[in-house]
Amino acid sequence: MKMTGGQIICDCLVKEGVEVIFGILGGAILPLYDTLPQFPQLHHVLVRHEQCAAHAAEGYARATGRVGVCFATSGPGATNLVTGIANAHLDSSPMVAITGQVARRFIGKDAFQEVDITGITLPITKHNYLVRDTAQLGKVVKEAFYIARTGRPGPVLIDVPKDVFQEQVEYHTPGKVDLRSYKPRREGNMAQIRKAANLINQAQKPVILAGRGVIISGASEELKTLAETAQIPVVTTLLGIGGFPESHVLSYRWLGMHGMAYANMAINGADLIIAIGMRFDDRATAEVASFAPHAKIIHIDIDPAEIGKNVRVDVPIVGDVKAVLTPLLKLITPTQHMDWLKQLDVWRREHPSTDIRESSSILPQYVVRSIYEATEGDATIVTGVGQNQMWAAQHYIYNKPNTFISSGGLGTMGFGLPASVGVKMGRPDATVWCIDGDGSFQMTLHELATIQQERLAVKIAIMNNGFLGMVRQWQELFHDKRYVATPLWGPDFVKLAEAYGIPGIKVRHKDEVVPAIQKAMAHDGPFLIDFGVEPEENVYPMVPPGASLVELLEAPKKEEVVWPR
Amino acid sequence: MAPMKHTLVALVEDKPGVLNRVANLFRRRGFNIDSITVGHSEKPDISRMTIVVDGSGASVEQVRKQLDKLIETVKVQDITSESIVVREMALIKVKATSATRSEIMQIVDIFRANIVDVSMESLIIEVTGDEEKLDSLLNLLRTFEIKEVVRTGRIAMTRGSTTTSEPGRKPISAED
Repeated sequence: MKMTGGQIICDCLVKEGVEVIFGILGGAILPLYDTLPQFPQLHHVLVRHEQCAAHAAEGYARATGRVGVCFATSGPGATNLVTGIANAHLDSSPMVAITGQVARRFIGKDAFQEVDITGITLPITKHNYLVRDTAQLGKVVKEAFYIARTGRPGPVLIDVPKDVFQEQVEYHTPGKVDLRSYKPRREGNMAQIRKAANLINQAQKPVILAGRGVIISGASEELKTLAETAQIPVVTTLLGIGGFPESHVLSYRWLGMHGMAYANMAINGADLIIAIGMRFDDRATAEVASFAPHAKIIHIDIDPAEIGKNVRVDVPIVGDVKAVLTPLLKLITPTQHMDWLKQLDVWRREHPSTDIRESSSILPQYVVRSIYEATEGDATIVTGVGQNQMWAAQHYIYNKPNTFISSGGLGTMGFGLPASVGVKMGRPDATVWCIDGDGSFQMTLHELATIQQERLAVKIAIMNNGFLGMVRQWQELFHDKRYVATPLWGPDFVKLAEAYGIPGIKVRHKDEVVPAIQKAMAHDGPFLIDFGVEPEENVYPMVPPGASLVELLEAPKKEEVVWPR
Repeated sequence: MAPMKHTLVALVEDKPGVLNRVANLFRRRGFNIDSITVGHSEKPDISRMTIVVDGSGASVEQVRKQLDKLIETVKVQDITSESIVVREMALIKVKATSATRSEIMQIVDIFRANIVDVSMESLIIEVTGDEEKLDSLLNLLRTFEIKEVVRTGRIAMTRGSTTTSEPGRKPISAED
């Protein structure tokens, strides 16, 4: 059958099960957009900046477990995608980005809106393509989806010259993908699994350290069985939140720079770490030289390059988490670790980490806790980056995978609002709250227009402290309170929302917090609340840079200064 | 582990941009390439790269895995500890007058090198061997004034009947 390049792409997208595309068009990609009406199965969401197309596609991917898709035109359209692609790369989210490129005869000539986007995205994509042969287009799109979602998921970019979209070629649906150079391994090595089982069965103080790999692999049940069978406490990474129910008796929540003190202590005291689908990021391990000093480490991960990258590992197992845990479970002897669990409970009692102090002002922690109570723990929380993100992670309790959606590896301020767009598109029935900071929100607030255009019932909670709060916290603690460039003027967010046709409430008194949240929930549609929170509130616990996981600062009891000592 | 020179052999798809991906990876991960040579392999659509890097065992293993992770990499092997044949070629343009020419030719003979161009004032010498042989020839020629040198960088192949390009699954990691 004769088809144009644009039709071939759309046909492939439909066959991949794509329903939603986030993007902005422009000259080079116009012919692709021109074919969209012929494929009514594809719903295009027009965002207001290409960075948000990528973030929305990632939000969609995380909410649904499917590949997120975004479109952008050549030149600035493509470069604007870069941050979003890098974010997906670091957080292992499956994404296919299709960019328009100048026509083939202009490539390399510095033509209008030409950039070498495959060159630019080389280190931040799992793979990328520049398609010069229209006959290869179908095969490339199929490969791109395969690469994006298999193995360790990640973003794949396809750069398509304008005249390739337009050219008509003979097209046959591409067959099965078989790449001799890319064969991700699912099954773990049985000898290694047996070694791991032996270590687990002998351990006195084991801790499971679960990352996002558990969620990606859909292995929450297997993880739970492992934990319950051998009575092993579970700690997650920030992105692993929700992979194990935080209300479970064996959950010690999450570790790291702003993690629970008792989770960090558990890691520090363990004699065995069973690291599952995580990559020993520096925000999780703190000073790596003193990470888990008494523990042997089992590391299960699908990416062989993560093994031994940051920490020495005693038993590496390369494979998909679920495919590794399933045979491993058969080798685990039911055990109790009463003394160890008792010790952890003492640490938790002595270092509760999420106590909220009495205050007449609006504490951001109190706001998150109130949202948690109002939503009965059943919302999907999407965050910005900074203090708002840490409070959202600390004070909401997550029991299901993919209910905490946040930018981990890249720490992209402005991620929250556009990611919420994708999450709500992917899960229209979910209650979606975007918990953001006033700084983070101002980086991508134009997505209010997208939310309004698509009538997405996203509830937005801005923790408005008038600062770039996390940086201000660092300035307070480590730079003698020199608040350089962190005080932040902001607009009237409620009026701003109204300008976009979105209702909102400004909350300046503590007793208005809960009613405002209830009003937002009752409203059928998007809603914004501007919470004027305590301006110089800090996130605790905090592991200072260079310190080990247990050399942490906890919330000062009264006014005592804990740092510098 | 002390840093030492490692020889990696990478078989990659013969597609545009692959060398760029490999070079970019080394830059991005902070690895210095001592030398890299790229050319056709015995298979028409697979290129063979020989890469010499300086580093400890663990860091080279990390770079090997990162290299293996590139979608277009078919196979990567660190063949440093294997029994291998290593060769490098150099072209050396050296100043040669009627007074020095015969002495230079003697040295060339000893090294089983070839003279591939002669002019009134210079010679071009072609030499093949391992790096040490090339280095010592260059040292000897220095007295005559070397005008220009080009070296290809190392190529290597394991001895015996086994081959790097044997079919089979990509090695996943050294540990398992």
